[in-house]
Amino acid sequence: MKTFLWVLLAGVVVSTPVFAHHGNASFDAGKRLELKGTVTEWDWANPHCWLKFDVKDQSGKVVNWVVETSNSADMVERGWSKRTFKAGDQVTVTLEPVKSGQPVGRVISVLLPNGKTLGLNYVGQ
Amino acid sequence: MKRWHLIVAAILLASAVALAQAGRGQRPNTGRGQGAEPSGANGDGGGRLARSTADLSVVDGWGNPVKDPLAGGKTAGPAPVHDVSGTWEPARGPGAGIQANGPVSMPSDGVHEPPFTPAGKAAYDKHKALYGYRNVPPSLSNDPRNHCDPLGFPRADLYQLRHTQILQSPKKVVILYQYDKRYRVVWTDGRDFPKELPDDRWYGYSVGKWADDTTFVVNTIGLLGEPRTWLDETGRPMSDQMKVEERFHRVNANLMEITVTIEDPKFFTRPWVAMDKFPMKLQSDDYDVIEMLCAPSDMESYSKDFGDPASGIVKK
Repeated sequence: MKTFLWVLLAGVVVSTPVFAHHGNASFDAGKRLELKGTVTEWDWANPHCWLKFDVKDQSGKVVNWVVETSNSADMVERGWSKRTFKAGDQVTVTLEPVKSGQPVGRVISVLLPNGKTLGLNYVGQ
Repeated sequence: MKRWHLIVAAILLASAVALAQAGRGQRPNTGRGQGAEPSGANGDGGGRLARSTADLSVVDGWGNPVKDPLAGGKTAGPAPVHDVSGTWEPARGPGAGIQANGPVSMPSDGVHEPPFTPAGKAAYDKHKALYGYRNVPPSLSNDPRNHCDPLGFPRADLYQLRHTQILQSPKKVVILYQYDKRYRVVWTDGRDFPKELPDDRWYGYSVGKWADDTTFVVNTIGLLGEPRTWLDETGRPMSDQMKVEERFHRVNANLMEITVTIEDPKFFTRPWVAMDKFPMKLQSDDYDVIEMLCAPSDMESYSKDFGDPASGIVKK
């Protein structure tokens, strides 16, 4: 019974897909970081689009973060496009970091320079 | 009840709530198709393709407006006879055909498991998949598609089933898949399978027949299989002995159900159903499907910038 319940629990947890190319094994599930920074690159591609941005810490050291979204076809359905970001844009990114400690994660939402927020819900929700 | 029972029950309940919320996050409402209601946009800062609250029309892959066949409260007419042509999309929303955690009728959740033979289980155990209950981080996977290899068939049905265009001519039906811009030819000129196939193919050899006025049945053999193609996203294997039956049943003018049955005596002890009456709705015929390609150079950049560090691999 105990084993069954844990297997069932594992099934429930892994059956919550966010993106389609890989699972959740890399991510520190549920952890959130909110980082303000400057966009250096926006790669509109498969298997995922990814955003690079510089974040300055309190000591003045600059770290280049890399955060992924879903693929371009899915992001269009969510209101994003190839033109969503350009280098130099000031953004605030809410992200779920990876467990490895590297400055990478996946996007939860982004506050754009024009004050609008892009998230992962499909357009119209 | 022991204390750990309560803890597990609480976690299960919380997970179920999270799952329900995620389900809402997957629910489409792009203002197109049967029963869709126009509503406001929440992300209109994205440029040319973005939709705003002032623009509630359906747009295609080029951002051009398309006509909704069921706009204005129209109801679907009867299914046409011997016709599965059109641009189809998963009726339950853009994400419904992705099936990242395995085919809809056989999810990889630690509970559902296809009836493996010992050889099938051994092949499965060699696969390090990115999804399913045994998923590994991006750079530790050995999925052939990590190199942008073709998905092959039937994985083209069982993973990333998105906009699907079907064209008919007197002698064949051609199926165009959005994912990776792949296509299949299904022969309808009355032929049977050749007695001997000269080679196995990524997408096999397909022959189609009408079971009745509205049900098109396609059988496929001659598939590559292990180790070049996987059956699904979760690493289930397939062999070169695989036979696949697809039933495309047109329910009415705007709805079609797809049922996919898997048979592979080398890897599975009996046939099993991977998709059972999976609903696809008809999209307007002027809908221009967006490209979705796996480009090896993009994959390489992605692995370097994201996949490796996310997997704890640091290359200097």
